Amino acid sequence: MSECSPVRPLWPPVVAGVVLGLVLILTFVLVGNGVGASGTFARIAAWFGMQVAPTAIETNGYLGGMVANHANPLANWIVVEVVGVAIGALLAAVGAGRFKIKIDVGAGKISPRTRLVLALLGGVLAGFGSRLAAGCTSGVGLSGTAMLGIGGFIFLVVFFVVGLSMSALMRRVW
Amino acid sequence: MDYGIAGTALASGILFGYVLEQAGFGSPCKLTAQFRLTDWSVFKVMFTAILVAAFGILLLQTKNYFGAQGFFVPTTFLWATVTGAALIGAGFAVGGYCPGTSVVGFVSGRIDGLVFMLGMVIGIFGFAGVFDTSLIHGIMTSARISEKTLPALLGVSPWVVFVGMIVLAGIGFWLARMLEGRSHGVYTAEDIVTGEDPADEAVEGGSPVRGPLGAGAIPTSAH
Repeated sequence: MSECSPVRPLWPPVVAGVVLGLVLILTFVLVGNGVGASGTFARIAAWFGMQVAPTAIETNGYLGGMVANHANPLANWIVVEVVGVAIGALLAAVGAGRFKIKIDVGAGKISPRTRLVLALLGGVLAGFGSRLAAGCTSGVGLSGTAMLGIGGFIFLVVFFVVGLSMSALMRRVW
Repeated sequence: MDYGIAGTALASGILFGYVLEQAGFGSPCKLTAQFRLTDWSVFKVMFTAILVAAFGILLLQTKNYFGAQGFFVPTTFLWATVTGAALIGAGFAVGGYCPGTSVVGFVSGRIDGLVFMLGMVIGIFGFAGVFDTSLIHGIMTSARISEKTLPALLGVSPWVVFVGMIVLAGIGFWLARMLEGRSHGVYTAEDIVTGEDPADEAVEGGSPVRGPLGAGAIPTSAH
């Protein structure tokens, strides 16, 4: 594509899928596990909590383990990996002319404020859910299923069924 | 945490994020279009990646690459996985992202991606707050599945499961071709930047130019 068209096309899904699969194999070979994402946000929560209410975090049944023995909750494989995700995605977006600061309201059926409220609400649901499932679409759905793990298959089926049903209720939004 | 571990983490992450963005997965419109069945990129990318990775991992296992113990496959607690996946699916439909793609959305300039990340931290504090209740404890520890992998549970060779997944993928790709062809709803790079909904355009303008994979969606330069 020439210089006059700044937005480069996306990779075809099958190409992106093959490359992603190879990245996943590489990660399994290098570190013995797949990629993930949501664990990072649990560690960010633990770190932030320590700045505000350390006693409450240290004694918490869930977050306490991440800060036991004065451990830094952010000094962890998955946190660094997600920093990498941010760097890689930024490089791709800028390089392809797809970086644009905005509140993404899609075709504009909703106001930016409504969009942010929905994004926050969706994040709360996903954050809570990711701790129940001990991972998210990346860790359980993608990496777990690649290992033929039972959790991965269950995750993907439920994720798609609930997503489809909820999406039908969100028709006015997206 | 030593530099070697940090290095692999950073390298894996950079590659993962790079591919996700190139697939268009920073866009909540494109992501949620999967659930409207107008753009099947999420299914195609995920299923292709899973098949490629599963094939590679199975090959490495037959060559005993991971040693006798293999590698760590987490134990599944049925209700924890079901309720967690349901909440993540609902959060995806409502908020437009899943945890990893919200990071991609944010660094491609989307403020809603950052707000989704903030929401996740709040949701995790909520979870930590109720973690010690008997309800959460019950969900997290009941209905443990005795086997860790599907082939072990079914008592078949992993290659049988792999072939089954190829068949499923084939059905999915066929459905995708049909439904994407009908809606012309596959988001292009321009669509995700400008916010146009290609399915709307197709209805209004009647432009049937886009093919099932997005016409012209061939990378023209390798970075």
